[in-house]
Amino acid sequence: MKNWSSKIVIGLVFLFLYLPIIVLIVFSFNDTKLNILFEGFTLKWYGTLAENRTLLEAFKNTLVVAIISTLISTVIGTIGAFGLSRYDFKGKKLINSLIYIPIVMPDIVIGISLLAVYTLMRLSLGMFTLILAHIAFSIPYVLVSVRSTLEGMNPYLEEASSDLGASALQTFFRVTLPTIAPGILSGAMLVFTLSMDDVVVSYFTAGPEAVTLPQYIYSMIKSGISPDVNALFSLMLLVTLIGLTVYSLILFKRRVKV
Amino acid sequence: MKEIVRLENISKCYVKDKYVIRDCSLSVYEGEFLTILGPSGCGKTTVLRMISGLEMVSGGKVFLDGEDVTEIDAVKRPVNTIFQNFALFPHMTIEDNVGYGLKMKKVPKNEIKRRVKEMLDLVQLSGYEKRKPSQLSGGEQQRVAIARGLINKPKVLLLDEPLSSLDLKLKKQMQLELKRLQKKLGITFIYVTHAQDEALTMSDRIIIFKDGKIEQEGKPKEIYHHPNSLFVADFIGDSNILNGTVIKKTEVFTVIRLVNDDYVRIKSKEFELGDKVSIVVRPEDIHIKRKDASNWLEAKVKDVIYNGNFTRVIAIYQNQEIKINTEVDEEYHKGDIIYLDLDENWVTLIRGDNL
Repeated sequence: MKNWSSKIVIGLVFLFLYLPIIVLIVFSFNDTKLNILFEGFTLKWYGTLAENRTLLEAFKNTLVVAIISTLISTVIGTIGAFGLSRYDFKGKKLINSLIYIPIVMPDIVIGISLLAVYTLMRLSLGMFTLILAHIAFSIPYVLVSVRSTLEGMNPYLEEASSDLGASALQTFFRVTLPTIAPGILSGAMLVFTLSMDDVVVSYFTAGPEAVTLPQYIYSMIKSGISPDVNALFSLMLLVTLIGLTVYSLILFKRRVKV
Repeated sequence: MKEIVRLENISKCYVKDKYVIRDCSLSVYEGEFLTILGPSGCGKTTVLRMISGLEMVSGGKVFLDGEDVTEIDAVKRPVNTIFQNFALFPHMTIEDNVGYGLKMKKVPKNEIKRRVKEMLDLVQLSGYEKRKPSQLSGGEQQRVAIARGLINKPKVLLLDEPLSSLDLKLKKQMQLELKRLQKKLGITFIYVTHAQDEALTMSDRIIIFKDGKIEQEGKPKEIYHHPNSLFVADFIGDSNILNGTVIKKTEVFTVIRLVNDDYVRIKSKEFELGDKVSIVVRPEDIHIKRKDASNWLEAKVKDVIYNGNFTRVIAIYQNQEIKINTEVDEEYHKGDIIYLDLDENWVTLIRGDNL
């Protein structure tokens, strides 16, 4: 009896989580323009997707912004985490608490304040200001993630390395970096996702030429979302799934090997 | 004997004028197993870290094998350390962990492989090359740490409480193992611990450390039977301490009057008439008598604990608990009146400001 009910609950939870995704995939093959009823199978939306220049351009912009801002904010955040956990300096406590403000601050405040700064500096809005904005809101997430891994690291590992004759640089690349890599990776993955689906900050900082995918879709809401968007998201989902599978296979293999 | 480490008046302070170590001098000889023993926070680990170069001295000089290494950092000093929690690199295999020091020295790959195998044989871990540290038990990780520390053929191996995280049985086993390795390789070991049994079992020489200073040094037996301060007496093993005043001196003996006009005769010439002294006597150096005689102490049995090869009797003498170990096959009961005969050969006198 108990087994039964728990199975039903789990089923409902999964249904709730995955039903929208399933609907989206199904409608990407739907032979009508309206996302209401399924009226027959077609692949034509995948064809129109390939020809929809604005949509693809927006997708490309999103990827470019996400990749560049993730790379830069990961490097800056990691360096910052080292500074904050390894060195003592005046105002360290203040910085440590200031780090959390961008994380808890509403996106809209970040967006407006960045816009104000850009206007003040007379920067014209475009890809550059957009990437800058994404880097800015990403850094604290990376920093917090890396800092917590660094602080959980066995402090004797680095000492053991130098005791065995490794230079500071060798110790960093052979011991420190591999040990904190999971923290850096999870920070990077988090900010990549944040950047990919950000609407609010991008709305204020992108300008007319640099439209990202979330913005483009947001603008379509009034006229109805075209089915080629469904097609694009189904493809993105596929890529994500493949990526996740490969990732867990590697993890699994590693665990089996050791 | 060749001097391999010499510390000359070294000091350490992290905050200005707050010394953790002050004016400490110490010589360690080649092939010796030296233990630095002291309660936690006494500065013993700091001394070890100043020898390894992980910590720089605030004053004084450090010599390794005759060479002044005061200004040289850990990377270049020919010593290696075994850390308290082993500090094995979690992302590397056992092979890579052990070979790390050689790799840093740019030793050819074949040779690294050969020497890693040699070391793993030595610590009885052959066949573990491809495993990761997380798959090994505590004792095995300990062996890997030792192999990693020894592969560079250091002039001195420094061990910072390496057994503290192991369980009792493994601890005993590793104590013997460490001693065996040290004898076999002839490398000087400097071992830091707060566990007196480890120190007594393994060391050739013990240094007792207290508040950043050397309290006493000597062979385990000397330290055990002739502590030169109440601190050492209390820290090493069990001891009974009785306070008194010197009232008579002869050619060989000193007679001491205790609190209630009891007298104890001790083989010693160190003290003068009227000196206040503390008598230190180990539980096994007290003999229990059934009848009174001069300079035996009357006491009442409080507890009897059977211990297998000896019996521990706890007796009350003048409101003070006295611990006695006896191997005599006799039954003692709570409330029995007994007489304590302190073995005059093994009793130690320490200057006291008590009474």
